[in-house]
Amino acid sequence: MISSVAGSRVLCGALGVAGLLAAAELAGRAGLVDPAVLPLASTILARTVELATDGEFLADVAATMQAWALGLLLTVAVTVPAGLALGSLPRVEAAVRPLIEFLRPIPSVALIPLAILLFPDRLDMKIAVIFYASCWPVLINTMYGLLEVDPVAKETLRSFGFGPLAVLWRVSLPSTAPFIATGVRLAAGVALILAISAELIGGGSSGIGTYVVEAGSSFDGLEYILAATVWAGMLGIVTNSLFIGAERRLFRWHTARAEGAR
Amino acid sequence: MLEISNLSHTYGSGPSAHTALGGIDLSVAEGELVCIVGPSGCGKSTLLRSVAGLITPTGGRILLKGVPVNQTPDDLAVVFQDYSRSLFPWMSVADNVSLPLRRRGQDKRQRRESAMDALEQVGLADAAAKYPWQLSGGMQQRVSIARALAYRPSLLLMDEPFGSVDAQTREDLEDLTLRVRGHHNMTILLITHDIDESVYVGDRVVVLSKSPGGIAGDLRVGLPGPRDQITTREHPEFVRLRAEVGRLVRGMRSHPAAAS
Repeated sequence: MISSVAGSRVLCGALGVAGLLAAAELAGRAGLVDPAVLPLASTILARTVELATDGEFLADVAATMQAWALGLLLTVAVTVPAGLALGSLPRVEAAVRPLIEFLRPIPSVALIPLAILLFPDRLDMKIAVIFYASCWPVLINTMYGLLEVDPVAKETLRSFGFGPLAVLWRVSLPSTAPFIATGVRLAAGVALILAISAELIGGGSSGIGTYVVEAGSSFDGLEYILAATVWAGMLGIVTNSLFIGAERRLFRWHTARAEGAR
Repeated sequence: MLEISNLSHTYGSGPSAHTALGGIDLSVAEGELVCIVGPSGCGKSTLLRSVAGLITPTGGRILLKGVPVNQTPDDLAVVFQDYSRSLFPWMSVADNVSLPLRRRGQDKRQRRESAMDALEQVGLADAAAKYPWQLSGGMQQRVSIARALAYRPSLLLMDEPFGSVDAQTREDLEDLTLRVRGHHNMTILLITHDIDESVYVGDRVVVLSKSPGGIAGDLRVGLPGPRDQITTREHPEFVRLRAEVGRLVRGMRSHPAAAS
């Protein structure tokens, strides 16, 4: 039942994409859109496929994904403990809250020039920018998740004589894990955007963003720019669905219990 | 075993302060099963949470085996009413039961054995690998009871343990409690708002009066054992006691015939 619903959703999505591509193709072929402004959908798709065998482009993808993975790893390693600490220590949270509220709305892209000045190495710069942008969903979700931990669960462990750290480790952290995972999934999407943005603005020798900048100066660059954009979009979809799949597997208890309570 | 003297507890301060317990004296002997019964809001749960060391009462003293209760005592387990919140959904049934045994310094194999042993006692050996949310409510509460049993506490606290299950399951769990108490020399403090249950399960029924909670009555249950859901409940002594407890819970004076 659930799989057939999911199957029909995937089918609907595929039909939607196919319909949009067909409309774009028709508009181009009918002369409604100048191919110099927007190349034919079929041309972009052909270029997208072509890029799969382009060693240089694949190296750029690898560079972007490397920065993405390192940035995300750093985010999780720093932000989850920070979120647990802030969520468990209300006074510290109250002291840090104004700083968080000040820093959080600053557009991460606006910080790229600053990051370029601070980090001479391009990879360091990208990781720093990714960290800044992706720490917020992880931090906020960790703190929010801690608030949702059932007091009865904590009291149960306390009643068996476990101390505050044991309660944090054995009850609060596992209860919060599904929320943290959602935060990390949102952060993964933000991290990809920032990795490519940093490459677009900061230049450097490799990365999808760098590829796009360089393609812009060539004769048929537009087609390759759009093809690289399609690649970036697909990387986003693939990583996101990998995260969703992992969440479903790891936190079956979370969804199963929520459904049981209904 | 358990000595409670002049225990009082007030939540909050100033004009919004609420006194839940107003000076309770209670003494429980080793191996006794004492039911605390009272109307809602009489401070039953506050009493239990104070004994468990989960809250620090604002007045009075609690001695467990002669030692004052300042924080959660080592030798105590609690079965909460809300099993679905008290069991950890990310752990299997066996892991739920064996987790507290880490406090007993047992290694993995010993913990596993103790857990299986306790699950056997509550008739759930087959469910060890399942997750709590895959079980019915009654089975989940049996898992909580198994978890408490595996811990081998000298004092077991039960906070409305059968309040969230259907009537049939409730009777099964009452009989289960009576059966397992014989296995270990446990002292049990069971909190309930169900008058029949308090008389059926208890060796003694302590009635709390409404806020601020104080002791309205303390009755010894002289029913012939072993207890049985049908015959015990039609025994004249059972009928007399439940009426007596009922009067006390409603704040009526004790019946003259019962006082003698």
